[in-house]
Amino acid sequence: MIIMIQIENISKSFNNHLVLNELSLTVNQGETLVIIGKSGSGKSILLKLIIGLLRPETGNISIEGNDIVKAGFRDLQEIRRHFGFVFQASALFDSMTVAENINLMLRKRLKWPVQKISERTDECLRFVGLQGLGKKRPSELSGGMKKRVGIARAIASYPHYILFDEPTTGLDPETADNINQLVLKLKNELNVTSIVVTHDMKSAFTIADRISLLHNGKIVVNGKPADILKSEHSEIRKFIYGYSLLK
Amino acid sequence: MVTVLENFFTEIGKYGKLLWWSVLSIRDFSTYYENTIRRMKFIGIQSLPIVLMTGAFMGMVESVQVLYSLQNRAPLYLVGSIVTESIILELGPVLTALILSGRVGASIAAELGTMRVTEQIDALEVMAFNPIAFLIVPVLIAGLVMVPVLTVFADVIGILSGWFISILTTDLSTAEFLKGAQRFFIPWDLTYGIIKSAVFGFFIAANAAYVGFFTEGGAEGVGRSTTRSVVISSVMILILDYLMAQFLLKAGW
Repeated sequence: MIIMIQIENISKSFNNHLVLNELSLTVNQGETLVIIGKSGSGKSILLKLIIGLLRPETGNISIEGNDIVKAGFRDLQEIRRHFGFVFQASALFDSMTVAENINLMLRKRLKWPVQKISERTDECLRFVGLQGLGKKRPSELSGGMKKRVGIARAIASYPHYILFDEPTTGLDPETADNINQLVLKLKNELNVTSIVVTHDMKSAFTIADRISLLHNGKIVVNGKPADILKSEHSEIRKFIYGYSLLK
Repeated sequence: MVTVLENFFTEIGKYGKLLWWSVLSIRDFSTYYENTIRRMKFIGIQSLPIVLMTGAFMGMVESVQVLYSLQNRAPLYLVGSIVTESIILELGPVLTALILSGRVGASIAAELGTMRVTEQIDALEVMAFNPIAFLIVPVLIAGLVMVPVLTVFADVIGILSGWFISILTTDLSTAEFLKGAQRFFIPWDLTYGIIKSAVFGFFIAANAAYVGFFTEGGAEGVGRSTTRSVVISSVMILILDYLMAQFLLKAGW
């Protein structure tokens, strides 16, 4: 197994409150790692540290051997080109159409030819089942559709990695399942490496190759879904048995 | 007291850093030119009606008040001198800037603030964009360029409406109004007025960009940023107005 992302002993605090405490974690090529944890446990912060939106106070994060903590602005931009990020509230640009949201990076950063941009935009819309909606504005879409546009935007530039921040939170079970299927499709068809942060256990067990529990600033349990189900760890049991479906 | 001072200097430092990053981002032309045109349209063309209306009323009020103050105690042609000079030197730039700090500054602060709290600025960053070049530089350029242009429009409409009211309500002729207008006018006055409005324009844009870009705390935070942008800009316009009158006005003589 090739380690793509290596996180070593990172700590991060806000207003003197230690959120991540010497946390270490590795992510392997092509796997879908799901990080579970209570609200406020620092899951989203961990994602933002991985992509360099925040910097840890101590520790290292390396992406394919490149140190993201010490990277300068230009190096950071270069590393980020290989990432897609699906935000919790989609974070679509409301001054642009759906298509412009999806192809912004292709137009402005990668400067692809117009024809290629248009083909790729349609391809991404088809991938998430929203073909023909390119001219709509984000404000005209439902929550689930916005999430799917967020995924289309994240995959547009063929990233090696996709980070998902609570992809199914706030969605009805059917729409949540659609999103889960999209995450699986990404793994199977595009072989991307994904990190998904969630507290939706149904989603976690549907999409994960590996599940890690973030608790008190550290990864306290780490294993395949089947092993997690058998875990005796009290926090894991609270998480699982909170869901009657999995009882 | 120490904490207040500490916060004040921290904010000044952050503000300076944002402006410095904007200067460094100037070379990233392909990232900001489209947005710059959009912002110029918004600040320039879409603000034109309110600026023209402000200019018209400013000129009319000025001429009525000057006529009242003179009241047969000085030659009537002086109305032309006082209306033109006060509009070009003071009223045009300051009133235009105050109106725009409300219309343009508030809207930019609210837009950037909303982008911040809905993670759209984070989204730009993770897509390998320079958010300063994409969002801040267009606002600064548009403020710097379009506010002086709007001020010239306000000056022209202000002087025209001042002239119109003078000849309509008194025996003053157009020729006499023009004689008065030319009597004390030197080209530096116009240059000074334009420099002043460019400084105002830049700071209206910079204040709105700064408070919007660093917004925290959801919808409430966006509301706070919008108010802060207008308050900071208005106070800054008044202070800069005095400083420029004191130190810049005589420089052109």
